[in-house]
Amino acid sequence: MNELVFFINNVIIAGSVTGSIYAIGAIGVTLIFSIMRFAHFAHADMMTFGAFMVLLLTTLFPAAGTSIGVPTALVMLPLAMLLTAALAVGIDKAFYKPLRAHGVKPIVLVIGSLGVTLMLQGLIRLFSGTGGQSLYVDDRKEIFRLALPFEGARAPIVITEPQLYLFVITLVAVVALHVFLNRSRLGKAMRAMSDNPELAQASGINTNTIVAVTWVIAGGLAAIAGTLLSLDVTFKPDLSFFLLLPIFAAAIVGGVGHPYGAIAGGFVVGFAETLAVFNWNVLLRPFRDSLPTWLELPSNLAFVGTEYKIVVPFFILVAILVWRPTGLFKGKVIQ
Amino acid sequence: MSNSTETRDPTYTPRDATPARRFPVREVVLFGALLAAILAVYALMGAAYSTRMLVEAACYAILALGLTIQWGYAGQFNAGVMGFVALGGFCAMLFSVPVNDAFWGTSLPGELGSVLLYGVAATFLVVGASRLDRLGVPKKLRTLITVVLALVLYLIVISQLREVTSQIQSQAGFVGGLGLPAWVGWIVGGALAGGVGYLIGHVCLGLRSDYLAIATLGIAEIIKAFLKNSDWLTRGTATVSPLPWPTPGPAELGFTLSRAVYLSFTAVVIAVIFFLLHRAYHAPWGRMIRAIRDNEVSAAAMGKDINKRRLEIFVLGCILMGLGGGMLGTFNSLFDPQGYLPLNHTFLVLVMVILGGPGNNLGTIFGAVAVYIIWIMSEPLALFVMELVVSVGEGTFGWDAPSNMDSRALQARVLVIGMLITLVLRFAPKGLLPEKIAHHG
Repeated sequence: MNELVFFINNVIIAGSVTGSIYAIGAIGVTLIFSIMRFAHFAHADMMTFGAFMVLLLTTLFPAAGTSIGVPTALVMLPLAMLLTAALAVGIDKAFYKPLRAHGVKPIVLVIGSLGVTLMLQGLIRLFSGTGGQSLYVDDRKEIFRLALPFEGARAPIVITEPQLYLFVITLVAVVALHVFLNRSRLGKAMRAMSDNPELAQASGINTNTIVAVTWVIAGGLAAIAGTLLSLDVTFKPDLSFFLLLPIFAAAIVGGVGHPYGAIAGGFVVGFAETLAVFNWNVLLRPFRDSLPTWLELPSNLAFVGTEYKIVVPFFILVAILVWRPTGLFKGKVIQ
Repeated sequence: MSNSTETRDPTYTPRDATPARRFPVREVVLFGALLAAILAVYALMGAAYSTRMLVEAACYAILALGLTIQWGYAGQFNAGVMGFVALGGFCAMLFSVPVNDAFWGTSLPGELGSVLLYGVAATFLVVGASRLDRLGVPKKLRTLITVVLALVLYLIVISQLREVTSQIQSQAGFVGGLGLPAWVGWIVGGALAGGVGYLIGHVCLGLRSDYLAIATLGIAEIIKAFLKNSDWLTRGTATVSPLPWPTPGPAELGFTLSRAVYLSFTAVVIAVIFFLLHRAYHAPWGRMIRAIRDNEVSAAAMGKDINKRRLEIFVLGCILMGLGGGMLGTFNSLFDPQGYLPLNHTFLVLVMVILGGPGNNLGTIFGAVAVYIIWIMSEPLALFVMELVVSVGEGTFGWDAPSNMDSRALQARVLVIGMLITLVLRFAPKGLLPEKIAHHG
């Protein structure tokens, strides 16, 4: 039973955590992809920016959360979302809009977004330094240990407070996005523009508004993803390219321009990562005595070491591009 | 470029189709300024330092030529130059470092070889299993068999490899080199980079151009992670040095002279590459490549095999990057996987190309040397500005500065590079020396 608990802790919980974070990031990427038709490389640094705003606000008002019993960082999250959304709209106005107005190829916008990502990186690290910092400034991280009511299960299931918040916030964000896209006028206009921009414009949809709304949503979601990631571990300003690959892989696996696909893709990539670094020998240990003697298992049966984690999303990306470039949910291959 | 009314000279008339040979004012002015800057650096920093800077700039020029082929000639964006550079550096190290007898004198090479043979055999088995449907096995069952077989065989091979490599690490330190001249490593490094480029290009080039950028960005981080963590092959973070030079080293000739000899060697390589590229650009092949870049549909309608040509040019660019990476690694005389940074080896090269003039070889070389000089000189400048800011801040606001100011000051360069990229794209999308488009009447 201890092995099973180990599996739950290391695969199911860890996979859901990374999966949720990738999913929220991938929704933003896929929305931008479907409205503006380019891969937004600055998304990971927008996540970092959101988390950094939370860190700044938390350091300024460390006691804001204790009065209502939640971590201060979560109280500051809505404010950070607003700031990140404003940043996203500002970046678009300053850097992407002029390029779009010139009618450049999408790949030039990609290079522009790489320039933006470097600027954000430079700015954030200039102010925060390059080391990791905890978002729990004044309060401490609660850890829940759930003992299982079984014989022989001595190890408890471990889940931390930020992980619980993470699941709740992911659920709320996804439901809110669903309602927005399906019920509200703006959301429907967004979907129309993603399907056919010329037709949407011809039917009287203000494309500039839609672009701005997309950036607001993408920025807000990026702030959520970045903050939750930093709450779960620590705030690290140098994750950028290590986050970008899994998020793009998730968006492409789910089908580009397909928000629900991006959620599924995020969980696929998250679970694939945790399954690949999990040591499968642990699960086989109880059966060790019943195995034939010639079959001597090595002690490490993980597919890849943790230092090669980034190979997993890359492998998924290549596999999906080879076999199903449209993604699992028949997204658009925008040419 | 697809919009022909923009690229054409407004004074163009069909009657006067052959471009008049004008005196190249812009080129002369820019290269004159560059020469003055180089002389100023020599006067300020001394000959040994400046020559080192020039050699590094020359190696970067080769990388930039590789990228200008991909981006300027063909419009493919490679966001992972760093990976190909690191592969070149790795090969230069592997081939030129002296033979390690603690490894070759034992039974370890045999064991390593047999593991690699197992790997090859396992690959053949999996490929064979994927063809089982030709024997009448249902397709779904075939897929299941292939996937399970691949997973099991992979686990077997990888656990054996882990065993052998940890033995190599504990008994011999690392594999060591082959003791061959460095230029062999450069050529193999170019070939290896080209091979990796072929695999990536084969997957991505038929698809949207963004996918190539994503995939190259990923492969660069993977190559770096592999080189950093394979202690048995590269000594990982312990780094390998010194790497022998193909030319006489500093011990024989002194710093300045030996670097000057290396510089002339790299200059010859650049001249050869430049000449070949110039010929290729003006040959029918170059015209075809530009036709594909500017109007894919019409090029396809003319019967050109677009995907094959794209793959060709992508691989060619990667080969140059591997070669330049090898020369850079050998010159630094140090192989440090952690020293490969996206900023220094991808984005700096990108700035060189888009600032110099994508698709214009002369402009690319100008961009490489000019940007590298600014880059090198900006390091003391960034520290100086930062100190100034700190002292002003302390004096006026009583602000106590954090202690890690030096590492933060270097982040200012990240900011500047990012700003340069966005500004050049916005205000000078064709670079300082734009590509000359010949108009045929």
